[in-house]
Amino acid sequence: MHIAVLIKQVPDTQEVKIDPEKNTIVRAGVESIVNPFDMNAVELALQLVEKHGGEVSVITMGPPQAEAALKETLAMGVTRVLLITDRKFAAADTLATSYTLAKAIEKLSAESGNVDLIICGKQAVDGDTAQTGPGVATRLNFDQATYVTTVDKIDIESKKIVVKRRLAKGVEIVEASLPALITVEKDINEPRYASLPGLVKAERDKIAWWDAAYIGADDDHIGFKGSPTWVKKIFTPPPREGGPELSGESAVKEALDLVFENKHFKEAVLGEEGA
Amino acid sequence: MAENTEWKDVLVFIEVSDGKPQEVGWELLGQATKLAGKLGQKVKALIIGKDVEKYAQEAVSYGADTVYVVDDPSYETYVTRTYCKAFCDVVTKHKPTIVLIGATPLGRDLSGAVGTILQAGLTADCTGLDIDDKTLKLLSTRPTFGGNIMATIFCQKGQPQMSTVRPKVMKKGTPDPARKGEIIKENIPVDPKDLTVKVLDFIPDKAGAVEIEHAKIIVAGGKGVNSPEGFEQLKKLADLLGGEVAGSRPMVEAGLLTSERQVGQTGKTVCPRVFIAVGISGAIQHLVGMQNSDVIISINSDPNAPIFKVSTVSIVEKWQSAIPKLIEQLEARIH
Repeated sequence: MHIAVLIKQVPDTQEVKIDPEKNTIVRAGVESIVNPFDMNAVELALQLVEKHGGEVSVITMGPPQAEAALKETLAMGVTRVLLITDRKFAAADTLATSYTLAKAIEKLSAESGNVDLIICGKQAVDGDTAQTGPGVATRLNFDQATYVTTVDKIDIESKKIVVKRRLAKGVEIVEASLPALITVEKDINEPRYASLPGLVKAERDKIAWWDAAYIGADDDHIGFKGSPTWVKKIFTPPPREGGPELSGESAVKEALDLVFENKHFKEAVLGEEGA
Repeated sequence: MAENTEWKDVLVFIEVSDGKPQEVGWELLGQATKLAGKLGQKVKALIIGKDVEKYAQEAVSYGADTVYVVDDPSYETYVTRTYCKAFCDVVTKHKPTIVLIGATPLGRDLSGAVGTILQAGLTADCTGLDIDDKTLKLLSTRPTFGGNIMATIFCQKGQPQMSTVRPKVMKKGTPDPARKGEIIKENIPVDPKDLTVKVLDFIPDKAGAVEIEHAKIIVAGGKGVNSPEGFEQLKKLADLLGGEVAGSRPMVEAGLLTSERQVGQTGKTVCPRVFIAVGISGAIQHLVGMQNSDVIISINSDPNAPIFKVSTVSIVEKWQSAIPKLIEQLEARIH
C-alpha cells in the first residue's frame, strides 16, 4: 500500500502579530512547527503500513525552509519526503494549493507507484480552512472522508476502507473505495517521537525538491495567478468595550442592578420578549 | 465583462441533517437579505435531501425569494459526490453571484468539493460578510491564526463568490409565515457510479446530549473553579436560570466536564444571550468561542483577568462567595 500524507508547516499561531506600519503579518522570529493535525496524519500512515505493509510518502508545498517540517516526519520513520517548492507557488489560496498538491500526487504515483490513500490533518491551525483536503480529493476524483477519528478496516484486495467520522451530533461509519482521501481529527492517535535511526536518516537524506515544471503544473492554476481569493486587508480584532469592574461587599448586587437594565439579559432571564 | 451581468443573486444552502434544517441556514438567509438589498438582487435558497420540500416555505419565511429543491430518496444520506454534483448543477444553471454555506462539518466537507468543481473562490468559516461599495464584490471577513488576526477576503476573479459562515455568528431574523416565494423543484438524478462512499451506520450522541450552542444562558467555569464542588454551584446557578453549564478546555482535561461542553477554539463557538464566566481568565483561545455573546458577566478574583476587557460587567471576587450571593439575589428577583 502506498500512502501519501499532505502536511503544512505553520507558524506557532499564538505569537503571530501584525506589523502596524506595513499591515503585513510578522513572521520573523516566529517559530515554525508541523501543523499539529498533520502529525496525527503521519502517525496514522505509519501505523497502517506497519500493519498492512507499504510505503509512506510525505508531501508539503512551501518555501525551502519547510524542509524542516519534512525532516521531522523522516525522523518519525516515513519512507520518503517531497518538497513542492517554486516561487511561482507563492500566495496560493486553497484552490491553487489543492491543484498543486493534486499534480504532485499524480507525479508521485507515476514515479513511486499509485497512491492508494491520502491522509491529511483535518485543517491547518494557521488558516483553519479545512478546504485543501476536499479540494485535492475532488481534483483527483478520489472518495473522501473528512473528520476521521478511527480507521476500522482497510481491505487492499477489495480496495475498501471503513472509517468513523465525527459529525456535529454523532459518529458516522462510512465505507469508501480506494484510492481515497481522509482527513483526521486530533484524537485519532498520539504521534510518536523521533527514533534514533529516523534522526540519522533525517540528517543524511537529501530532500527532493519538485518545482512547477517538474509536476507539470499549469502556470495559470498556481500561486497568486491561480488563486481566485485575494486578501483585501488584515487587522487585529477590535477589542470589545469592557464594562465596569465591580468589587467590594455589594459587587454582586450592583452587577445585577446593571444587567437587569439590559434588554438581552431581561429577555433571557425573565422571558420578557420585546422587553 | 459579460460574466458580471450574468451572475446575480445570493444563494444560501439550507443544510438538512439529523432530520431537520440546521439553524445556520436561517441565520444566513437573514444576512443574505442584507447583502441582496445592497446589490438590488434576490435571495435564493437551495435544499437537498429526501422529503425536504416541506422546508421550502420555511426558507421563504426567513427571506428566500426563490427556493430550489432537490428532493429525491437517493439524497437521504449525505455523500460528498452526489451532493456536490446536485449543488454544482443548480449553481451552473441559475448562476448566483454569491453562495453562502454554513461552516458545519457537512458544509465544510461539501464546500471544498463544490468550490473545486466550479473553480470558484471560497473563503472558509467567515464571521462577517459585506458588499464592497465600489466593486460590489463580496467581502468575507474571517479569523485566522487562531483568532489573533482577522482577514478580509474578496474574489478577484471567477464566479460565484463562495463563503462558508460560522454558525451562531449571524443573527437569525423573525420568520414571516405569510411571506410569498417561488418554489422550484430541480430533478437531478443520482448517478449510481457516484455512490462509492456508503454510510454504513450512524451512532448519534447519547440522548439528551447537550447542545450548548443552542443555550440562551451559559454558566461557564475555568481554572479558577477547578473542583467538583465549584461545578455543583455553577450547575445550581445554571438550573436557576434555565441555562447550561460549560467551561474552558482545562476543565475538560481535568475531567470536570465532557468535551461537548467545551467552549473555545478547540471546542464550540457559542453566542448565548447571557454568558457567565466564572474563574475564567480569558485566554484568546477561549475568547474566540464566546465573545459574541450579548451579555457577558465575569467573576474572577484576579483584577487583571483579561476576560474583564470583553465583559459587560465584571465582579472582582472569589467565586466561593460571589456565586451563593448571585444565586440568592437572583432567586429573589426572578420569583
